[in-house]
Amino acid sequence: MSLREKGVITGIGETAYSRASGKSVLALQLEASLAAIADAGLTPKDIDGIIVYGSTVAEDFITNFGIADLRFSAVTPMGGASSVAAVQCAIAAISAGICNHVLIPLGRNGSSGTRIGTRVQQMPQFRTIGEFEMPVGAIAPAQLYAPMARRHMELYGTTSRHLAEIAVNTRKHALLNGRGMMTKPLTVEEHQASRMISDPLRLFDCSLESDGGCAVVVSAAERARDMKQRPVLVMGVAEGHPDSPSAITQRPDLTRLGLAKAAPRAFKMAGVSHADIDVAEVYDCFTYIVLCQLEDMGFCKKGEGGPFVMDGTIAIDGKLPLNTHGGLLSQAHMAGINHVVELTRQLRGAAGKAQVKDAEIGLVTGYGDMGDGSIAIMRRA
Amino acid sequence: MDYLKPVPEPTPESKPYWDALNEGRLMLQSCGACGKVRHYPRPLCDACFSFDVRWINAKGTGTIHSWTVTHHAFNPGFKAELPYVLVTVDLAEGVRMQAPLRQADASTLKPGLPVRLLIESARDGLALPAFALAAKA
Repeated sequence: MSLREKGVITGIGETAYSRASGKSVLALQLEASLAAIADAGLTPKDIDGIIVYGSTVAEDFITNFGIADLRFSAVTPMGGASSVAAVQCAIAAISAGICNHVLIPLGRNGSSGTRIGTRVQQMPQFRTIGEFEMPVGAIAPAQLYAPMARRHMELYGTTSRHLAEIAVNTRKHALLNGRGMMTKPLTVEEHQASRMISDPLRLFDCSLESDGGCAVVVSAAERARDMKQRPVLVMGVAEGHPDSPSAITQRPDLTRLGLAKAAPRAFKMAGVSHADIDVAEVYDCFTYIVLCQLEDMGFCKKGEGGPFVMDGTIAIDGKLPLNTHGGLLSQAHMAGINHVVELTRQLRGAAGKAQVKDAEIGLVTGYGDMGDGSIAIMRRA
Repeated sequence: MDYLKPVPEPTPESKPYWDALNEGRLMLQSCGACGKVRHYPRPLCDACFSFDVRWINAKGTGTIHSWTVTHHAFNPGFKAELPYVLVTVDLAEGVRMQAPLRQADASTLKPGLPVRLLIESARDGLALPAFALAAKA
């Protein structure tokens, strides 16, 4: 049995994104969830499955939504790969007949609360790093991922200028989207002059730390036909874990992420090829991680990600329009559920100024922890 | 003076590693059943699933696999050392580890450069690994 087209994204919702929400994480998640549920044309009591992230639990939603009989709850603890992995988990549960409408809420005070850049010390996925690498000075994701980028540069000649292209392009899209925390254009020169965080990653290679909430509703395909929005069908979905998932240092190939294992499975399930992808929302905690994922998905060969992103390829009107909402780099760090929201908008034809012309099929990826990956390929109905 | 850096919390499986560093030696786990060397310390051999461990002395030599130069203080305990170099090292025993590289000009680094192990006292009861560039053989 395949999960192909068994699940549909029926509802999307976002709060405002800011540096200080003044609200609790639960309130942010409930606000985004209500927006997503209304967008789907459902009421909170229709939700019969929930996949939570971070500090909230399914019980919070049962209590606040008055859900009488929640049939499915789960967590997909893969850091930034969690959101898209949750889409797979939701469709698996739907496909097994357990539930019909699964809510995937995400919300955080990633700026005003526990800072995203340093919160990893508290996560069990980082236990190995916590014992053996944090004491010697490798504390934050930027430091843990920088050696992957450096290795890529040494092996393939990738440069900071290539990474700048991703940052600048993403900022342009954030301005088109209009919901982003970043509201001014970014130039290549500004990127290249930005302070070094952990070489080769500069300030503008790093994602934002954000407060806000963002949620999606995944529904059973047979239910979605009569629902409020034009259905966006999930054609292929997969998660993948890299070699040495708990410590990047021991990974045989530092330049190969879990997505390299997941992507072929998702493409096979979807029955589409790379040329069919009209728009891509690729997890962008750091510019380099975008470049590496483009290679790991097979949009170009390993090592050719730098040249691939140059010359307008990833612009709205380019061959592979990328992160059309501004991503984690320039819209907000919502751990990639905002990427799912944006892909849904694109395939509904509702992405406003950032709309990719005739977007029929697109993909979204997640990346998290030490290299976990997830991917969903979707099409408009 | 307060020690602000993160400190390891050894497990029963990793305690011999930390104890050895404290005694000035880098020790690695070798599977007691099949001999496969693994690092960082963990309970089980992924080749034969044996819990048996034989601790071996590492030579303390290796080559640079990758590196980063940190300029931002993510932890107040490291602020005085900024910028500092962290190297990913291929040890002679075939496993990797990450540690600071001392007294090096980062602009001269390349994959494959030989390094040698230093063991530094961090505070009472805690010694940490570091590396320095080695003269080419």
